[in-house]
Amino acid sequence: MEELQSLMHGFAIAMTWQNLMLMFLGIILGVLIGVLPGLGGANGIAILLPLTFTMSPTSAIILLSCIYWGALFGGAITSILFNIPGEPWSVATTFDGHPMARQGRAGEALTAAFTGSFIGAFFAVVMITFLAPMVAEFALRFGPPEYFAVYLLAFCSFVGMGKGSPWKTIAAMMLGFALAAVGMDTVTGQLRMTFGSTELMRGFDFLVAVIGLFGIGEILLTMEEGLEFKGRSAKINARVVWQTWKELPKFWATSIRAVLIGCWMGVTPGGATPASFMSYGVARQISKNGHNFGKGEMEGVVAPEVAAHAAGTSALLPMLALGIPGSPTAAVLLGGLLIWGLQPGPLLFVEQKDFVWGLIASMYLGNIVGLIVVLTTVPLFAAILRIPFSIIAPVIIVVCAIGAYTVNNAMLDVWLMMLFGVVGYVFKKLDYPMAPMVLALVLGDRAEDSFRQAMLMSQGSLSILWQNWLVGGISALAIALLLWPFLAPLRARLRKAPEPA
Amino acid sequence: MSRPEEEGAGLVSVATMEIIVAALFFAFGAVVMFDSYRIGASWASDGPESGYFPFYTGLIICTAALVLLVQGFRKRAQVAVAFVEAGPFRQVALVFFPALVYVGGIALAGIYVASAIYIALFMVFLGHYTWLRSVAVGLSVGLFAFVLFERWFHIPLPKGFVERALGF
Repeated sequence: MEELQSLMHGFAIAMTWQNLMLMFLGIILGVLIGVLPGLGGANGIAILLPLTFTMSPTSAIILLSCIYWGALFGGAITSILFNIPGEPWSVATTFDGHPMARQGRAGEALTAAFTGSFIGAFFAVVMITFLAPMVAEFALRFGPPEYFAVYLLAFCSFVGMGKGSPWKTIAAMMLGFALAAVGMDTVTGQLRMTFGSTELMRGFDFLVAVIGLFGIGEILLTMEEGLEFKGRSAKINARVVWQTWKELPKFWATSIRAVLIGCWMGVTPGGATPASFMSYGVARQISKNGHNFGKGEMEGVVAPEVAAHAAGTSALLPMLALGIPGSPTAAVLLGGLLIWGLQPGPLLFVEQKDFVWGLIASMYLGNIVGLIVVLTTVPLFAAILRIPFSIIAPVIIVVCAIGAYTVNNAMLDVWLMMLFGVVGYVFKKLDYPMAPMVLALVLGDRAEDSFRQAMLMSQGSLSILWQNWLVGGISALAIALLLWPFLAPLRARLRKAPEPA
Repeated sequence: MSRPEEEGAGLVSVATMEIIVAALFFAFGAVVMFDSYRIGASWASDGPESGYFPFYTGLIICTAALVLLVQGFRKRAQVAVAFVEAGPFRQVALVFFPALVYVGGIALAGIYVASAIYIALFMVFLGHYTWLRSVAVGLSVGLFAFVLFERWFHIPLPKGFVERALGF
């Protein structure tokens, strides 16, 4: 019960007036970011990160994590009212959410989505509260080989659990690693891949990459679709909320499944988007109303929303406990820790108790604040969406440019942002995954460091990755995940073989 | 750029695009390997050299790129699917190239002035708004950004001759 004590201490830190104000501000900014096309959780936080340099780390992380919750909530608004997913993880919400809105049940759909999100996030935070300290304590025993094995596991699971071509995942991921290596080698001081350019000595900043890939790339895609917002109006009042809440307990079984799927996909870097699809699919198969899915079934809104939020929230567990983010947004938050002068990893739970428990307490509070804010301000955000795209698009490009510039006060970064924008556009169209690339760019240096240290310990022999049951187990699991997609066609062939050809 | 009768026609097929991207990946991987080899990618007396880790990164990129190249050529022999149609691509180009000019303009005129001009022109030519409304929106965004960054957050952004003339 030591965790409960720490949590109470965290609440004491998080519940100052200043922090509560930051929570409100963060949620509202976050919903705005989630609602606008071209701005999402990851690049929205990346753009706002420089504004927090002067804040105390605890206040800064509260502001940024609340932006993240807000963005998670906001995605549902556009999905349901406009049939346009504001975020990739709310695609599955459109399947039943928008039909409900067309039937005039927008208020119910939104209430169900927000409440589902809240429930998903709540259970994930409870899990973080009790599991993260244990994982961190366990990870304190990790040495370089164990760390490299964990990195290997994180990246191999992208290959193993990704839906697209494994080769594309590998190519995109390794591109991230290569870009991370550009600049000065921290161990030897050697310059790598700078080709005589002094500007490249600084290396590629992943914040710039995130702003370009997810911001500019998204704007280009939206332009191509020739987006016109044709929305349904939403009326949410206390009566609708109350009636929907009376209906929701029916879906307890679906919610539990969704929470489990979400937490699992969030902790392993599967992410919120596949979690929401998987949860929707499972709910459709199991539910007795499954045949009505896609026609405006409330259960079809609850299932993906609960899972997406559970995944989005639990992605912070490995970020806090191990220093390995489970999603691009968690990666940006991790970048924030480094900028504020905190060393991510298991020692955080020992050395920065105030920060960690303040953050965890703020997750509880932030989600309550978030639920209240979104339930009361939906009409406002729906109105913002009616602003034509030809005004929003240039403003977002300007915001992205300012965001990219402020990362290092360098014009080169703004040009790089445009380049990453094109990369993001092409990658999205050809199904190259961007999350592993961003994570590789963030973790590249640290993965390389742990690899080098491990190699030094073993004098260059890879056998160190199998030296004991712990590191060997993690490595074996990583290799299994890496090979999984390549074995799939083989298995299919084996199964086919007995049939007469 | 495109005649009306060409609207809806594919500019380039998905398979061709896959091949181009895979080739770029291969070239990139080769550059990474080359530079890593140059600074030393083997084992020195004090441990792995600087190019050790990136060299293998480049090697994996090249391997993956080769596989994707082969897959791309195989796909090309099948039915062609358009990567992007002429009409939508025109929309993308209309956003992207002015944005490049805008980024170039930041160095000349400073970020606030360039942003105001960019937003106003975007609204007039792509949104078909009146000049009055467009200039009003552009100016207010520029001014708001100026106050926000220079006054409240004290984060200096690139400034040009207009700000200098006004004494900032």
